[in-house]
Amino acid sequence: MSAPARPRRPGEDPPAVRIALTALALVFLAVLVLVPAAAVVVEALKDGAGLFWKALRDPDALAAVRLTLLVAAIAVPLNAAFGLAAAWSVTRFRFPGKSVLVSLIDLPFGVSPVISGMVTVLLFGAQGWFGPWLSDHGVKVVFAVPGIVLATVFVTFPFVARELIPFMEAQGTEEEEAALVLGAGGWQIFRSVTLPNVKWSLLYGVVLCNARAMGEFGAVSVVSGHIRGVTNTIPLQVEILYGEYQFRAAFAVASLLFVLALVTLVAKKSLEWRQHLARREGARRSPA
Amino acid sequence: MTTAAVPVPRAPRAGWSPGVLPGFGLSTGFTVLYLSVVVLVPLSTLALRSSALSWEEAWRIVASPRALASYRLSFGASLAAAGVNVVFGVLVAWVLARYRFPGRSLVDAVVDLPFALPTAVSGIALTAVYAPNGWIGRHLAPLGVKAAFSPLGVGIALTFIGLPFVIRTVQPVLEDLDAELEEAAAVLGAGRWQTFLHVLVPILLPAALTGFALAFARALGEYGSVVFISGNMPLRTEISPLLVMTRLEQYDYAGAAAIAVVLLGASFLILLGVNRLQAWARVRTGRA
Amino acid sequence: MSIEIRGLWKSFGTNTVLKDVSLDVPDGELVALLGPSGCGKTTLLRILAGLETADAGDVRHAGEEISSRSARERNVGLVFQHYALFRHMTVAENVGFALRVRKRPKEEIEARVNELLALVQLDAYRARYPHQLSGGQRQRVALARALATSPRILLLDEPFGALDARVRQELRRWLRRLHDELHVTSVFVTHDQEEAFEVSDRIVLMNQGRIEQVGSPAQVFEEPASPFVMRFLGAVNVFQGHVEGDRAYVQDLEFAAPGGAGRTPAHVFVRPHELEIHRAAVPGSLAATVSRLVPLGAAVRVELTAAGNGALEVELDLRRSEALALAPGDRVHLSPRRVRVFPASADQGDSLTASGL
Repeated sequence: MSAPARPRRPGEDPPAVRIALTALALVFLAVLVLVPAAAVVVEALKDGAGLFWKALRDPDALAAVRLTLLVAAIAVPLNAAFGLAAAWSVTRFRFPGKSVLVSLIDLPFGVSPVISGMVTVLLFGAQGWFGPWLSDHGVKVVFAVPGIVLATVFVTFPFVARELIPFMEAQGTEEEEAALVLGAGGWQIFRSVTLPNVKWSLLYGVVLCNARAMGEFGAVSVVSGHIRGVTNTIPLQVEILYGEYQFRAAFAVASLLFVLALVTLVAKKSLEWRQHLARREGARRSPA
Repeated sequence: MTTAAVPVPRAPRAGWSPGVLPGFGLSTGFTVLYLSVVVLVPLSTLALRSSALSWEEAWRIVASPRALASYRLSFGASLAAAGVNVVFGVLVAWVLARYRFPGRSLVDAVVDLPFALPTAVSGIALTAVYAPNGWIGRHLAPLGVKAAFSPLGVGIALTFIGLPFVIRTVQPVLEDLDAELEEAAAVLGAGRWQTFLHVLVPILLPAALTGFALAFARALGEYGSVVFISGNMPLRTEISPLLVMTRLEQYDYAGAAAIAVVLLGASFLILLGVNRLQAWARVRTGRA
Repeated sequence: MSIEIRGLWKSFGTNTVLKDVSLDVPDGELVALLGPSGCGKTTLLRILAGLETADAGDVRHAGEEISSRSARERNVGLVFQHYALFRHMTVAENVGFALRVRKRPKEEIEARVNELLALVQLDAYRARYPHQLSGGQRQRVALARALATSPRILLLDEPFGALDARVRQELRRWLRRLHDELHVTSVFVTHDQEEAFEVSDRIVLMNQGRIEQVGSPAQVFEEPASPFVMRFLGAVNVFQGHVEGDRAYVQDLEFAAPGGAGRTPAHVFVRPHELEIHRAAVPGSLAATVSRLVPLGAAVRVELTAAGNGALEVELDLRRSEALALAPGDRVHLSPRRVRVFPASADQGDSLTASGL
């Protein structure tokens, strides 16, 4: 005996619609995202693991990895420190011009990577404002590591602040005020109250900032000068290899960035889950 | 009754005070300084550099046939990509928010891949897949469709990088949607399609438009994922950021700056539009 | 420690929330700041704590000007409306925080935390996190944390606002007992008059940034200084009338009302329990018609309509109500036992007079 047909709830689609829409969405994602992602792995390993490892152990590739790590190690802490300062300033105080400041922080998001790199050249390049002074003093910024760092800092500038500002705004100032009335000083409040409360949010911003810092291509491409083993980051190394029709090697090096992306996604998901739990806790904490 | 001349207390002028928590000067000072050094000063050089040109020169550069062709491609492909993303983005968001199926959380993670994957990797992966001998390209070639190295390829790359924007703005709105709304519509006698059209579409519209504008702005400035797949033929598949890059490589800084200003102006206008759109949506839906 | 407040002003933007507020809180007293939301009571409390700075005026603790001292240096205890417990610290860590930031020795902190947890009866919960506690328990942790450094002033912002009715009852009595034990000068903010009456020694009634009246619970209830106070502290019937010489008139009724010369319009206020219902007309009474009877347990609320005065209400004890045996539609006569007369224009301003009958 079949069960009597249950009337559908108003928000429910008929099974046929459900299946058709799901299938269409999955095909779209597969064609656009999943197939290219799979292509990176397949192309990298097509001619065997031996060639794959050989491509990664190439001295130029290793130099690119080292440079990428160095650039991220400088840019990420700088922008994390900025993010904390900006979030503290904007969410803990009231002052004229605050909303302007907040929208200026987003500015680099609206700037094409090529332009982000270009402004560094305009400032520090041979014909730039500080160019002549710098070359007189033997400092090379453009087509050298400092330029790559500057361009990366510009591009990844808003990431941590963008995560922290809404989060700290939602948290409110009560706990910090409580700590103040209880006699805590500025650093004590920051270390023992604020930092523990925002740590997951901060980490989330750092993860996103790091992913962009290591993967940035356009901006870095403008300032690097593509000097092999010296000013090539991983993405630039990929471009060079690809341009020389060394596809296998290009995909092998690109797979490093692919792994970085996967790690970023996993970290992002688990941090989102943690924030979700924290919010649920917070919801239980505050009265209905 | 005697009324002695009691001095009427006068309200003192209210000055602003930032608040009582410590660190206002330090955090705001650092924020403003860092913002100026990293973002504002470099961006202002762009305006100054392009202002070195006379109006006629500037016009000759920004309205040259090659520049005009690049705008047509950049704006056209970005618009088309954002349009595709609105349709499929709402679809994917709908499926993710409404349906439960095996692997749903994996699919949800895949949506973020275009954000996480460095653009150079996306570029070579898309090229490999859509090239005439690629996994998908080889099925398109017999149909006379040339995907890679054509304006269509540019559109594919821009659709890829803009994919998460619409999904990630529409999905939370769908998830927060009160089931009672649709139930109310059903009780009032609306059919499923009527409910969608008259109840859901007006609610989703601001989010979908915001996602569209964000995807459009991002696509306009995109460089890394496009340069590999486009083929970079002047007048045909050369996007505006690439033209900026080319001018820079020719040390034509003023020319690069002039085109960059056009691009920047366009993306800031779009982002300004997004702000207004969100303010409008807040007023309309009463969301904070 | 006594608190003296003189001429305090505070604005946020164009919104002036405190207008020339002056107040004295004697040492050891428990004072309630009572008023509707937006009357400035919480801002006043935050200024006392040092969390807001006044635009003008000064605050003294035991005669010493403290406006220039930061919240950190004032050593006042403050209990926040939503407690503001540190969510990543245990109960014991929360309570010991003030001593830890003062770098006291470990043993001293341990001893003080034990003492305070015993005081608020939460010894068994020391290792819990705030989200694992009930509202009433959190409230007690917040209080213990505020008392850790033995502050000589304790400030509480709507301390019972976020709790359900039963817990609120218990905590009120507990807070009163605690105050009688510790004798710390305390100021608490509330919008609930019952709460203010039950807990405090003195009540400060605030409205639109000004203090309307200061007095003991009995004083403010029996001798309200303004129509606002009269209306805020419970239901009241308002009659339109006028004052002439030292008499006030409502229709044919006449009351003593010392003050004004000439004829001025006035409002005559009568509390529901101060109106008498008669079956027959008596001298000095108003005719009215019973429209509804609402049983309230030990009392009965009688809703009536009177010509020229609209809806009125009277509260009777059960026995009197049974004796009268009222039913909707009955014609009755009302006589006030006690009235308070204020000039009609002065619903905002000073009282003309308040007089018994």
